[in-house]
Amino acid sequence: MKTGTLKQILLITDGCSNQGEDPALVASLVAEQGITVNVIGILEDDHTEQPEGLEEVEEIAGNGHGVSQIVYQDALAQTVQTVTKQAMTETLQGVVNNELTQILGSEKTMEELPPDQRGEVMEVVDELGETCDLEVLVLVDTSASMTNKLPTVQEALIDLSISMNARIGRSRFAVYQFPGRKKSIQQLVDWTSKLDSITSIFAKISSGGITPTGPALKEAMYQFGKKTLRRRFIRDDYTDIEEA
Amino acid sequence: MITQTSKKPDIHLRKGQIVKGKWHRNHYHVVKKLGSGAIGAVYLCVHENRQVALKISKQSASVSSEVNVLKSFQAVQGYHLGPSLMDVDDYQAQNGFNYSFYVMEYISGESLHDFIRRNGHEWLVSLLIKFANDLHVLHQQGYVFGDLKIENLIVSRKPVQLRWVDVGGTTLQGRSIKEYTEFYDRAYWQCGSRKADPGYDLFALAMVILRVYYPNGFTRGNNPKKTLQQKINRAVTIEPLKKLLLMLINNSVNDAEQVKDFLLTYFIHQKSKKNKRRYNQQAKSSHEAFHPFLEVSSILTIGGVCYLYVTFFM
Repeated sequence: MKTGTLKQILLITDGCSNQGEDPALVASLVAEQGITVNVIGILEDDHTEQPEGLEEVEEIAGNGHGVSQIVYQDALAQTVQTVTKQAMTETLQGVVNNELTQILGSEKTMEELPPDQRGEVMEVVDELGETCDLEVLVLVDTSASMTNKLPTVQEALIDLSISMNARIGRSRFAVYQFPGRKKSIQQLVDWTSKLDSITSIFAKISSGGITPTGPALKEAMYQFGKKTLRRRFIRDDYTDIEEA
Repeated sequence: MITQTSKKPDIHLRKGQIVKGKWHRNHYHVVKKLGSGAIGAVYLCVHENRQVALKISKQSASVSSEVNVLKSFQAVQGYHLGPSLMDVDDYQAQNGFNYSFYVMEYISGESLHDFIRRNGHEWLVSLLIKFANDLHVLHQQGYVFGDLKIENLIVSRKPVQLRWVDVGGTTLQGRSIKEYTEFYDRAYWQCGSRKADPGYDLFALAMVILRVYYPNGFTRGNNPKKTLQQKINRAVTIEPLKKLLLMLINNSVNDAEQVKDFLLTYFIHQKSKKNKRRYNQQAKSSHEAFHPFLEVSSILTIGGVCYLYVTFFM
């Protein structure tokens, strides 16, 4: 089995969206295009309870077929890579489950196989996760309250690139912030395989009060290249992996 | 496509609860929780009057991965790499969800911290010799332990031996490390990549030893490597151990067998020194007058002390 490219959007935010379309709705649209939406919510260090705005985090990821996690700043680096990897495994499992349904008929999923067979299937999933190519678009909320967290975010992104580049498959990253000055999102780093070399990417940002998460997600979807999107519309295949 | 794991709630087993396998129909009586990690929690259970460790998680995929690793370990004859695997099954919880679990041998013992606190740092060398050998065998099997950290190790008794208890991070060589903990992670300290090679484990091993000296850990600072060197020089008093640690963080050792040989050389060297000293003392005492009463009483005392030591500490 040869794999194509897994596509993910990683949204990093610390609050609730307050402008434009409902991000959960947009996320389900993005997921339809074969792009997984993962969300990480960052807590203030002095918060002991989860603030209300962050409930949205789970909802967006749920609709985006992705993984969500709410963390304190110091756990960000590790969380970013766990979330990315977990989402990859889940996407691949989804693909494998579809294959199983086709082969075994009815609603057979991995979870319903006896443990021995499940283990064999899992070996395939692990193998795919290691060898497939990956594209991650990182979408960072740069509204006012995020300012003091941005250095940590940058460190976490460098760490993510170290983790993903240790795989056999290729990984590419792009970093965008929202809100942009004029558009809903603004490019900080164009598609690249190495984020290790980025330095102070968040240096020149103007932090405003609005958080247009929905429009930002929608715009981010288009950054994966329009060619792929169109092809996905025509081929009504399951959308997570193309066979090369 | 459904992402079941995200919606599935975590599972908590209660003391006294019975976990019944869906496929193999074995019963496990929950005694207590032993610990929890990134993937699931481990419980001490009783099965047919035998203590076993049961790991259960909502992530059935990760459980399958770990079981695959444990199974490949069983293939290594004559070696106990990690706990032996006894059962793999699903548990249907009351909330209707299925939770995958596996059952392994329960290794009793104490944490490395506790052991060293009671017995002294000198024990580190002999524990490490055996452990480096185990790592070497694992590496020869084509694996890397990955998430090597003090919490994943236990000092078992009879024989006194450092053993690993959680194999969740074990990764095929050449792949990317599956699971790691920052303090023990080579890439975090900017001392190399996160690719699974024997050197990754050896770096983590160095950090395990350092953690014994710094139970609360420390942060990397602006110059991670320099921080490490300072911390090593400040705390590690056993000279060859210090030398070994500096070599390990510099990636100048990439074979666990080298670690074993290095420590073994030191150990034998030290022993022969001690023996020489004892020999000299004996030679001296033989010049003095022979005193049967003293002789007998000292043998008895030494014997008594040894007996007490064995009964209380081993």
